[in-house]
Amino acid sequence: MADQTLPIPAPLIGEAHAASGTWLEWLHSWVVTVDHKKLGILYIVYSLFFLLVAGAEAMAIRIQLAFPHSHFVSPEAYDELFTMHGTTMIFLVGMPILFGFANYLVPLMIGARDMAFPRLNAFSFWLTAFGGLLLYFSIVGGFGLYGMGNAPDIGWFAYAPLTARAFTPGHNTDYWALALIVSGFGTLGTAINIIATTLCMRCRGMTLMRMPLFVWLLLVVSVMTLVTITPLTAAQVMLLIDRYLGGHFFDAQAGGSPMVWIHFFWIFGHPEVYVLVLPAFAIANEIIPVFARKAIFGYPAMVAASVGIGFVSMTVWAHHMFTVGMTSMGNTFFVLSTMVVGIPTGIKIFNWLATLWGGRIRFATPMLFATGFLFQFLIAGLTGIMLSVAPWDWQLHNSYFVIAHFHYVLVGAIVFCIFAAIYYWYPKATGRMLSETLGKWHFWLFLIGFHITFDTMHFVGMLGMPRSIYTYEPDRGWNTLNLIISLGGFVQGVAVLIFAWNLIYSYVRGKEAGNDPWDAWTLEWATPSPPPAYNFAIDPVVRSRRPLWDLKHPQDPDWKYER
Amino acid sequence: MCPGMADGPQSTPSIFAPASTPAHEIYGLSLFVLLITGTIFVSVAGLLTYVLIRYRSRPSDEQHEPAQVYGSVQVELAWTVIPILIVVVLFLTTARIIFAVQDAPKPKTALDVTVIGHQFWWEFRYPKLGIVTANELHIPVSTGEHPEPTYLRLLSADVDHSFWVPQLAGKTDLIPNHPNDLWMDPREPGLYLGQCAQFCGVEHAKMLLRVYVDTPEQFAAWVNDQRKPGVQDENVAAGRQIFETEACQNCHAINGTAAKGTFGPELTHLMTRATIASGAATNTPDNLRAWIKDPATFKPGALMPAMQLSDQQIDQLVAYLSTLH
Amino acid sequence: MSTIPLFTDESWSLPSRGRVGMLSLIVGECGIFTIFVVAYIYYIGRSAYGPTPRILELPIFNTVCLLSSSLTIWLAERAIEHGAMRRFAALWALTIALGAIFLGGTAMEWHTLIFRDHLTVRTNLFGTTFYSLVGLHATHVIVGLIGLSIVMIFTLLGRVNRSHAERVQVLALYWHFVDAVWVVVFTVVYIVGR
Repeated sequence: MADQTLPIPAPLIGEAHAASGTWLEWLHSWVVTVDHKKLGILYIVYSLFFLLVAGAEAMAIRIQLAFPHSHFVSPEAYDELFTMHGTTMIFLVGMPILFGFANYLVPLMIGARDMAFPRLNAFSFWLTAFGGLLLYFSIVGGFGLYGMGNAPDIGWFAYAPLTARAFTPGHNTDYWALALIVSGFGTLGTAINIIATTLCMRCRGMTLMRMPLFVWLLLVVSVMTLVTITPLTAAQVMLLIDRYLGGHFFDAQAGGSPMVWIHFFWIFGHPEVYVLVLPAFAIANEIIPVFARKAIFGYPAMVAASVGIGFVSMTVWAHHMFTVGMTSMGNTFFVLSTMVVGIPTGIKIFNWLATLWGGRIRFATPMLFATGFLFQFLIAGLTGIMLSVAPWDWQLHNSYFVIAHFHYVLVGAIVFCIFAAIYYWYPKATGRMLSETLGKWHFWLFLIGFHITFDTMHFVGMLGMPRSIYTYEPDRGWNTLNLIISLGGFVQGVAVLIFAWNLIYSYVRGKEAGNDPWDAWTLEWATPSPPPAYNFAIDPVVRSRRPLWDLKHPQDPDWKYER
Repeated sequence: MCPGMADGPQSTPSIFAPASTPAHEIYGLSLFVLLITGTIFVSVAGLLTYVLIRYRSRPSDEQHEPAQVYGSVQVELAWTVIPILIVVVLFLTTARIIFAVQDAPKPKTALDVTVIGHQFWWEFRYPKLGIVTANELHIPVSTGEHPEPTYLRLLSADVDHSFWVPQLAGKTDLIPNHPNDLWMDPREPGLYLGQCAQFCGVEHAKMLLRVYVDTPEQFAAWVNDQRKPGVQDENVAAGRQIFETEACQNCHAINGTAAKGTFGPELTHLMTRATIASGAATNTPDNLRAWIKDPATFKPGALMPAMQLSDQQIDQLVAYLSTLH
Repeated sequence: MSTIPLFTDESWSLPSRGRVGMLSLIVGECGIFTIFVVAYIYYIGRSAYGPTPRILELPIFNTVCLLSSSLTIWLAERAIEHGAMRRFAALWALTIALGAIFLGGTAMEWHTLIFRDHLTVRTNLFGTTFYSLVGLHATHVIVGLIGLSIVMIFTLLGRVNRSHAERVQVLALYWHFVDAVWVVVFTVVYIVGR
């Protein structure tokens, strides 16, 4: 591809390498940047840092639970650990890393030079970053008037009335609410930016139905973010009104109802799962076709299924509430709406299968992770069906089965896709390939560790072990299983350390990547690696969904077949 | 499930060992759902494995790209219809069980129990029998000839809790200002274990549940026993004196004494229970002594304070409590 | 990229990013308002004690002011499109004045409620939900007024002209939203809930 990009005007080259200078100038260039690529990398690095932090918290949890009646951490510390682990993974890892990829890739994929609002973009990132720091500052600053608690210890779901002043008198709950409100505004800004970018910044010929599926899914996710993050923000404002102004929103004594919080939280909480998982689908949609060497099968169906999932996901929140005592009609409705999500999801899996069918599949590391994703997402979907069966959920809800199910989604599907994405786009962002050898070690260890831990968790849940407990009784038959789960956790930990080493090692020693190491088809691979600040020397023009395929196969271009 | 069995003698609260109608209905449904999802898994995962092996890139392959296929409306329609059919079947089966369990008519012979969740213990009130007890629920066995299901009214005194004894019924939450109901009709006498299943604070893990399913004779005897006023033994008057003058009675009640507190468990028949501290420790004089000296020994974060009593006072108190049969 | 054939015949137009951005923000704001409105409706008549919504008086004058400000800002938008800057300035100032009157009216209403009826956020559920919903809307009016005032200052400095029509219209979109939400809040608080 190198010979097919345009010569770059000299003054622009100067700008592109302005970063070389003293380390202070280098730091300054990152702090004040409004370049979507730099901000994307900042988001990703920020999330990877918190991935290590929350991973360490998970390790501490697993050490505590490896044996019954263990005293590795105190009950108070354990509650803080699982609250911070959940909150961090969702809000400081999952959302920012996916928005990081969106930031980096959306403008490149649609042939734009930057996001629609570059300064809003920088502002959103720093808000998000500040939110994360505020959450962790609680460990220092949360030591409230009554000397109670440090980090938030109310669970990431923060069910009222446990969050009322009467039950959590310190300031840690306030840090939890404030930090998430602040990072929520950052997320809102990014979502607005992505919507405006995809709708208003596309290059000539990039009609909506020619956008890469990655961009389509991020558009759906951003619209969903607008209507899911805001209910959480509103509910947290209510919580703060209760805690600081003496309000009664969730105060049972004054006629308020904790049920209201539960509803509001899950109106956010369930679509949030799709906000996290759709970008993972988006990544799989880019990687699977390139490594199968085939166009994605059923592009319009994939778009329709994504939009469908987006809509249906707004109507399913109460499937987290089958045990709160809804009427039988209410339970039945939410069973149906939840099961309906399975239909577009099934369509997606079948389309990926059809894309692979008849291809010539190359198992490089990104594809290995994408393959792991396909199997694990299948299982996660099926355990999801089990949980949607309300009577069975009366047993499984809040047990380790649920923990296993959502870790299958969040780790087995999303984290696997994030790893795939990093192996796939690292060469674009840095100009160097990640080591395939280390990558394969990372993949296999992580895969084995993942299955040891989370497959086993399903069983311990079905044997009656509830979540959020800091220890358990030795006579319940959970001892061996818990030890196995903990051991698997450490295998994953080792794999993540190999990955971290690979990131650093390959940055210095990695093979030169060139512009298009995977022989791919979307516009970002037409730019140099790393792309210059302005992305494209000349605004590209596209005629099909795979502009680089057209370029590489002038006798057999896509636009002859697409309708 | 097998690896868990290696841990020696135990009573695992498995959802696959139902002992009561609601749990049994759920068990049957879960087997049906497992069968369907298992079939889906085997077929889709098998297909996926086949595709990944069959269409893997081989070194001998020619270098040009495989044939490009963009999609097919017929195929898309076909694989949209199949999931829809599966969803219809699953939904109808599920709906039937929801109504069967949730809307089951309550027989006249049913026993009513009010369950009140506290941080971090359970209060059980039998309004028709005039019994108040804590942490260990006694209910009668319910047989085909003498159906006597137990209907629990679930309330909370502070935060959200959840009542879960897997072998008897699915869990149901205890939410302030939102009374819930749950029923069970155990067929076999015995002890069934469970615990709080909604995070409720520091000692959520030690909010254990013991449900004793008694034969009709056992249950009648237990009821009879619980309705007696507290035993008053003059030999342990010193301990009773401490109970009534120190802060104990602010939170605990003992029938027939001045102690009328309701914030902590009722203690009139403390010695009829096998455990103290909501199942955190067995009910022995030594454990009782350690618990009164400092509740953090078993439950750091429990709301009962360490009363700073002298060793002699504690001995007298334990002697008194040990008479409460 | 130069080898990709160019298509000059295809007309290529994209929506304005300002409008799309503002509309997205409004969708998000709708999420926040929906939650507060739902909480208000759910808690109508559930206060365990204290004053009830019967003490509220209909803020008809306020409402007329706020809703007519939507009309004046629309006329201002037309004016700037045609480059009639004096008319624009006058209408814009009128919009700000109407918004300020509304805010003043709300302040007086709250003053009466607090000192005559002794209703505060802490009093009961009605107080909590009333002040947070009406207060949330009033906050949006304040933010809108700040935005409008900035445009006003630049207009008075002579820095605003016809080429800024679109930006002004994007801001006006927000103001229209604030007015539209008032219709919902008014209906819920003063008609349904009273």
